[in-house]
Amino acid sequence: MTTQVHNQNQRARGPSRLVLREWLEGYLFASPFIIGFIVFIGFPMVYSLVLAFQRWDLLTPPQFVGLKNFSKLFTDPLARKSLYNSAYYTVFAVPIQLMISFLLALALTQKLRLRDMYRAGFYLPIIIPLVAWSVVWQRVLHPEFGILNEFLGWFGVEPKAWLFDPALAKPAFILMSFWMIGRQMVIFIAGLGNIPDSLLEAASIDGAGGLRRLWHITIPMMTPLIFYNMVIAIVNSFQTFIPAKIMTDGGPENSTLFVVLNIYRQGFQFFNMGYASALAWELFVIVTGFTIAQFYFSQRWVYYED
Amino acid sequence: MAVKTTTHSEIAVARASKNRRRLMNAIWLAILQVVLTVVLISFLVPALWMVSSSLKASTEVFAHPIVWIPEQPRWQNYVDAFTTLPMARFAWNTFLVVVFAVLGTVLSSATVAYSFARMRWPGRNLFFGILLATMMLPEVIMLIPRFIIFRNLQWIDTLLPLTVPYWFAATPLYVFLMRQFFRGIPKEMDEAALIDGANRLQILVRIIMPLSKPVLATVAVFALLQHYTDFLNPLIYLNSMDKWTLSLGIAAFNESYTARWELIFAAGTAMVIPMVILFLVAQRYFVQGIAMTGFGGR
Repeated sequence: MTTQVHNQNQRARGPSRLVLREWLEGYLFASPFIIGFIVFIGFPMVYSLVLAFQRWDLLTPPQFVGLKNFSKLFTDPLARKSLYNSAYYTVFAVPIQLMISFLLALALTQKLRLRDMYRAGFYLPIIIPLVAWSVVWQRVLHPEFGILNEFLGWFGVEPKAWLFDPALAKPAFILMSFWMIGRQMVIFIAGLGNIPDSLLEAASIDGAGGLRRLWHITIPMMTPLIFYNMVIAIVNSFQTFIPAKIMTDGGPENSTLFVVLNIYRQGFQFFNMGYASALAWELFVIVTGFTIAQFYFSQRWVYYED
Repeated sequence: MAVKTTTHSEIAVARASKNRRRLMNAIWLAILQVVLTVVLISFLVPALWMVSSSLKASTEVFAHPIVWIPEQPRWQNYVDAFTTLPMARFAWNTFLVVVFAVLGTVLSSATVAYSFARMRWPGRNLFFGILLATMMLPEVIMLIPRFIIFRNLQWIDTLLPLTVPYWFAATPLYVFLMRQFFRGIPKEMDEAALIDGANRLQILVRIIMPLSKPVLATVAVFALLQHYTDFLNPLIYLNSMDKWTLSLGIAAFNESYTARWELIFAAGTAMVIPMVILFLVAQRYFVQGIAMTGFGGR
């Protein structure tokens, strides 16, 4: 039906051969994505769902096991532990990251000397490949020869075991994540530059001091970017993998066994392809659910100009 | 007369309070500057410590109190790091992956973005919607099935899984960024070329892409960063050591030569140097790209 109407319209306007040609060229140019989507995204997702209902070690033929993999998600202590670890990491790391990057951005939009140099400096750690960074931080946190204990020692703090202590390993990871806030900071700096000066000046004339301008103008105007940074930070922190694989390989006592590391182990060390897929779907549902929930609740606190 | 004196004194009071505010402001900025400097130093210390330790003798690495600057810089550490494991081989593999992946990303993303930005075809909006939806997709969901697909293709232990997908616009975000940019280019430019008998490919290559250098450069820089630092994919797909990338090399170094800190730091520093150079050369695109892509921090 619709095609017919379409064709008639085109006949009225001009030769449909030209239109057909544009269609063809449109598909041709978009074909890398269309093919890529089918082969590398669409099919893998469907396939991963099928796998989640199977038991398969890559050697013997796959076996249909029904919901077994999914029920195992709730009983397997390591799956629950890894979920707890990732949630713990996210709950503490993300808000503090956002606060530090926001404060830095505020400071770095003041009229300071050498401002660009400071910005570049705060930003530098994120161009360091995370593998190299993890190797360095593993030693920064070393109980005996690391610089963190050395630094704390100046203030009389006893040396801590950090990555060797199940109670301190996650806090150490959280601490390390504060060095990687350059991206958030750059986004906040860009946003602060976009707040119209006239607004702040008007508030100033009305007698609002620095803190009140911050609370009543700057922060409300920045809520869309705070929201944006928060969504991405949560998605990213739920997918932490490299530091955990390199620095602790999940230890001590599985205290840094994060979700993706657990999936990696199940898939590529124990070859439980089906169970690993079920774990991946669990993470997918959680991350997507979080994102949707955040969009839903954002209406209450994010301010959008029309 | 009386009126005039009051205004005078009012002006004086106003001036005094203005001066005071200016002074307070200067003090505040000075404090801020000091605090920021302290924070900045703590931000840079781990990286500087890595560089300095890469030049230490092994006795200095484990010295108490900590040696901040090596007595005699030991450049031999870099030679040792590159000969202990075949780091040059890893660098070459990384180079191959980065070149082919980045080239594929830029070319395929531009082609697809051009179709979404300029051409009309049935289903375009549907596929653009799919593109937007896949931007938010956590990649980990594809980890297992992609591995099985590439295993069936017998691509395991080759560089193909690390490069070929990127010739199919595998990072939807880049397509989106380019499409937004292309739409900002006046339509008259390609319509005029069409009338002159140019075909779509010529228009894309000769008109659109030259006008889109900023977005192409941003995407290229970010794709480069993405593939240079990638660890999970090489870890899954590359088994034999002569196929490894730098990421795997450093991780292996860290596992097998745990006590040779100075060599590990040398290898780490060597891996960082190209990124620092890239950052200095293309800082603008880094900053733009970070603001646009939300990359980093994983």
